[in-house]
Amino acid sequence: MAYSDKVLDHYNHPRNVGSLDKSSPDVGTGMVGAPECGDVMKLQVKVNPETGVIEDAKFKTFGCGSAIASSSLATEWLKGKTVEQALEIKNTDIVNELSLPPVKIHCSVLAEDAIKAAIGDYKKKQTTRSSEAVAVN
Amino acid sequence: MKLPIYMDNHATTRMDPRVFDTMKPYFLEIYGNAASRNHSYGWEAEEAVEKSRKQIADLIGATPKEIVFTSGATESNNLALKGIAQMYAERGNHIITQVTEHKAVLDTCKRLEKEGVRVTYLPVRQDGLIDLDQLRDAITDKTILISIMYANNEIGVVQPVREIGKIAKEKGILFHTDAVQAVGKIPVNVVADGIDVLSLSAHKFYGPKGVAALYVRRRNPRVQITAQMDGGGHERGMRSGTLNVPSIVGLGAASEIAKNEMPEESKRLRFLRDKLKDRLFRDLDEVYINGSMEHRLPHNLNISFAYVEGESLLMGINDIAVSSGSACTSATLEPSYVLKALGAGDDLAHSSIRFGIGRFNTEEEVDYVGDKVVDVVAKLRELSPLYEMAKEGVDLSKVSWTAH
Repeated sequence: MAYSDKVLDHYNHPRNVGSLDKSSPDVGTGMVGAPECGDVMKLQVKVNPETGVIEDAKFKTFGCGSAIASSSLATEWLKGKTVEQALEIKNTDIVNELSLPPVKIHCSVLAEDAIKAAIGDYKKKQTTRSSEAVAVN
Repeated sequence: MKLPIYMDNHATTRMDPRVFDTMKPYFLEIYGNAASRNHSYGWEAEEAVEKSRKQIADLIGATPKEIVFTSGATESNNLALKGIAQMYAERGNHIITQVTEHKAVLDTCKRLEKEGVRVTYLPVRQDGLIDLDQLRDAITDKTILISIMYANNEIGVVQPVREIGKIAKEKGILFHTDAVQAVGKIPVNVVADGIDVLSLSAHKFYGPKGVAALYVRRRNPRVQITAQMDGGGHERGMRSGTLNVPSIVGLGAASEIAKNEMPEESKRLRFLRDKLKDRLFRDLDEVYINGSMEHRLPHNLNISFAYVEGESLLMGINDIAVSSGSACTSATLEPSYVLKALGAGDDLAHSSIRFGIGRFNTEEEVDYVGDKVVDVVAKLRELSPLYEMAKEGVDLSKVSWTAH
């Protein structure tokens, strides 16, 4: 299969590879996919709780080149966006940006799911924290 | 060293230039129809075909009259299975095969099932080999044929063919073997191995594509096969169609070279294969060999690099031509059914690479491949959430994944 230049660029120079402290209340972690399906994405966001802006994003992906590129691109896009803006990223945006062929669309879907899962995790932590704060009071 | 390096010799091989040279005159000079009985063009073509028949027969311990030319191993397998099922329909309607056969056998069996033939698909053990007791148990008084491949095209394991031949003989059942990956690579002898029908293909051992043969035993027992195409009654009535003389000459030449050079060549290929294996095991953790190492073709290495997905690995080693059992590299988007049959789990199938070292690979190339694979696997593991989790001591089999 021929890969687009953008997929090759992300594969050869993946952005924001790594891990954030998943126990931190400001960090949301999304892990989607399954090893037996051939792809697992872990995507993390670090959010400024004051502004709701994503200050950092990291990923690690087990999967084909298109899955790696989709998650690498997602972390690039996430940085600087607010949590609400991040939720507006659609898999089709990723498909268009990376020129993914039809058989690789599921990679972009997985990346969108990972974004939603990471932000969902962050939001859950925030609500728990505020309820804990109430309890302390 | 020329890049990309071709190391996918189970898919096909480069034609040996000596084979090509032997074929050349049969395109422009000796172009007669081997079935033309009344002029020298025909006679010369026929002579060339008969020489090839002898060369092939010598390679597998057969006699020339037992060789039937076909267009490819897919045709040979179809002809063997369908031809025997039809010819022996009165005797029985049961065929025994196994789950890691090539699709040319499996899909032919599926077709026969639709036509009322009963087929038993034996499982394989974790080492990729069938269990002979299970084979014995599967035999019924309706069994007419056992079809078990000689060596597997993905994991290179060599089935206990001689024992299967003995069992078949004891029970008076015919034994067909798809020997496409074995012929020309390891010693195959239809007499010693007790084989009744055998498929082989030229392009798997440095001959041309589009030509193959079916060995059909003529004595003890005399095997009969119903032709699958109607026509001029060539090849003792088993396979009509004008003979592809240049390619048949090539198949013969490839057979002769293989016979003469096999002892030397298999030693060299085994050395290179083991060198690559040792390199990968030395510098990487969590690598697994798929299939028996003991009962294996000397030039095959099928390895799973845990926590690394096969297609992404191929992408990183794009100057090396190899194959992966990963779903992403297959047309069906399913991981290799051969690796799944070993029961090692789909994740290891997704992480597998098949190396097929061939006649034209050099030690320098093998060293380059070793370096490159080690580098890329290490890089992809840095990227792999699974490797990170495994290193943290997480049991990945206990994680509840969101399958999609």
